[in-house]
Amino acid sequence: MALERPVALTEHAASGRGPAGSGASEHHRARWERGSWRRLASSPVAVVGLVLTVLFVLVAALASYIAPTDPFSFAGTPFERPSPKHWLGTDDLGRDVFAGVVHGARTSLFVGVAVAGASLVIGTVVGGVAGFAGGKVDDLLMRFTELSQVLPRFFLALTVVALFGPGLRNMVLVLALTSWELTARVARSGVLAVKELEYVTAAEALGSSPWRNLRTHVLPNTIAPVVALASLQVGGAILIEASLSFLGLGDPNVISWGYMLNNAQSFVRRAWWMSVFPGLAIAVAVLGVNLLGDALNDFWNPRSRTSGAAR
Amino acid sequence: MRRLIQAVPLVFGASVVTWILIHAAPGDPIVALAGEDGDAGYYAMMRERFGLDRPLHEQLFVYLGRLLQGDLGFSYRQNRSAVGVILDQLPATLLLMVPALAIATVIGISVGTLAAARKNSALDNTARTATLLGHAVPVFWLSQVLLLLFALRFDWFPVQGRNDARADYEGLRAVLDVAHHMVLPIVALVTVYVPPIMRVTRAAVIENLDEMYIRAARARGQSRRRVLIRHALPNAMLPIVTVIGSQIGFMFAGSVLVETVFAWPGLGRLLLSAILARDFAIITAMLLMLSVTIILMNLITDLVYSLLDPRVRHGT
Repeated sequence: MALERPVALTEHAASGRGPAGSGASEHHRARWERGSWRRLASSPVAVVGLVLTVLFVLVAALASYIAPTDPFSFAGTPFERPSPKHWLGTDDLGRDVFAGVVHGARTSLFVGVAVAGASLVIGTVVGGVAGFAGGKVDDLLMRFTELSQVLPRFFLALTVVALFGPGLRNMVLVLALTSWELTARVARSGVLAVKELEYVTAAEALGSSPWRNLRTHVLPNTIAPVVALASLQVGGAILIEASLSFLGLGDPNVISWGYMLNNAQSFVRRAWWMSVFPGLAIAVAVLGVNLLGDALNDFWNPRSRTSGAAR
Repeated sequence: MRRLIQAVPLVFGASVVTWILIHAAPGDPIVALAGEDGDAGYYAMMRERFGLDRPLHEQLFVYLGRLLQGDLGFSYRQNRSAVGVILDQLPATLLLMVPALAIATVIGISVGTLAAARKNSALDNTARTATLLGHAVPVFWLSQVLLLLFALRFDWFPVQGRNDARADYEGLRAVLDVAHHMVLPIVALVTVYVPPIMRVTRAAVIENLDEMYIRAARARGQSRRRVLIRHALPNAMLPIVTVIGSQIGFMFAGSVLVETVFAWPGLGRLLLSAILARDFAIITAMLLMLSVTIILMNLITDLVYSLLDPRVRHGT
């Protein structure tokens, strides 16, 4: 399970060491490798990840077609075993487990993508500003980054949801606010590295404004590794959402895998199918997005091996 | 020492975040305590009594002052300090976490080293696949499945709890009974604790095996095994220590979830009942204690670093 910060091997080095260091050569390598998508496609890990992720996204997108039954409606008698009529059985209220599993994919996908997207934006802005401004601003922002690193994500999310009431919005917000740290570090070092490059200095000398520089030179060259890193947040966010829902802190108005498992806990002696299938769905979805994220990072961040980063 | 000073603003920051959370939360604590239709005078009196009439920055100072004295809030439900309630439950949680972490460390380091020594072998591939699976499986679901299989289906282990409530064991029997109850929760925890440790060990050992000093040692005629255990592994210890230190929050979270499934009387159950009873003092106190633990763990990791690596010690 999922919960804490990504573990980057280089994390310690990254936090201690200053600016450029590895920067420039890495940047060149990234550009150079841009043509070799074939390498990515030839890695079985990447392919499995891609297939599982596409499956996950398709199920979420086509949920209403795959399982037309409303997951909250009473579709049969309670505790029916898996059968041709109810593929994965029914729960304590006679709700169809298959419909729940299919529609639950939407919730998980939404949380995962929303958290990764928001942490991408926050991390890029914080890291970009810190790297570009330098000096005191940089110091202060990196201090904030450190703080966000020591706050335990799972417990912070739990506290916020418990205090402010359950709801996907709160959950996404708090997870995004606690998961931008690595993105910010990479964005910052990317900006620092590109800033030093000669053509940027040249553009500056030619009178190009800092903002224009940032937009046309710096951002396009730092965005790929940052996006790859952010993709690793998806799996972790899905697991935390499931964990909180499992503890009864999920959004009561949407079906989710965690909620189904919370419900299953009371009937574990009676209906194994209520536990087994939603959990299996979580494991498959998270495995898929993790594998894909790992592959993207091997590709874009060959230096900062982000090991086990999905947590 | 410098590290110690850097930790202070972090602890301060963590407490302020916690305080802001409590204060930004919807719902008036006085109304919650005094009932919805008390008269205005009574509300005012209560506010004054709990210092809620003072300006916000003063309230923050009062809060921080209390923190310094170890007062992290009062649980009105249990009529005790939140810290006391939490400390009561902590040993039960540690009873699961400490053995699980010990086992996971041994497994993670030994399998990780072997996998690194035989890169791309069947063992390595199996270990890596298992790591990926361990990263993706929700620990509470794994617990449910273990419980379904080994407690309900095969009846090898007790279903829930810490000891058999019906039997009145004493001495060694009682210890064995608790140990019997510990097996499944610990298996679940080990499964999720191992992947990060193993992955980092493997990567660090592989990286070290590429270094010149390893080739030099091999050239001097030392055996592969000796080089691996005497040279590569000790030098890979630093990232391994870091990963164990940085995962402590994640480990607590896992423990809380596993305890919930197995009805283990530890922090997990406490947290769950606090959530149900809206006992926010317990929840926020737990959050703060954990943040401080993480900061301390980071500090300890840095210390271990300087002990293991003379370069860090001498600040180069």
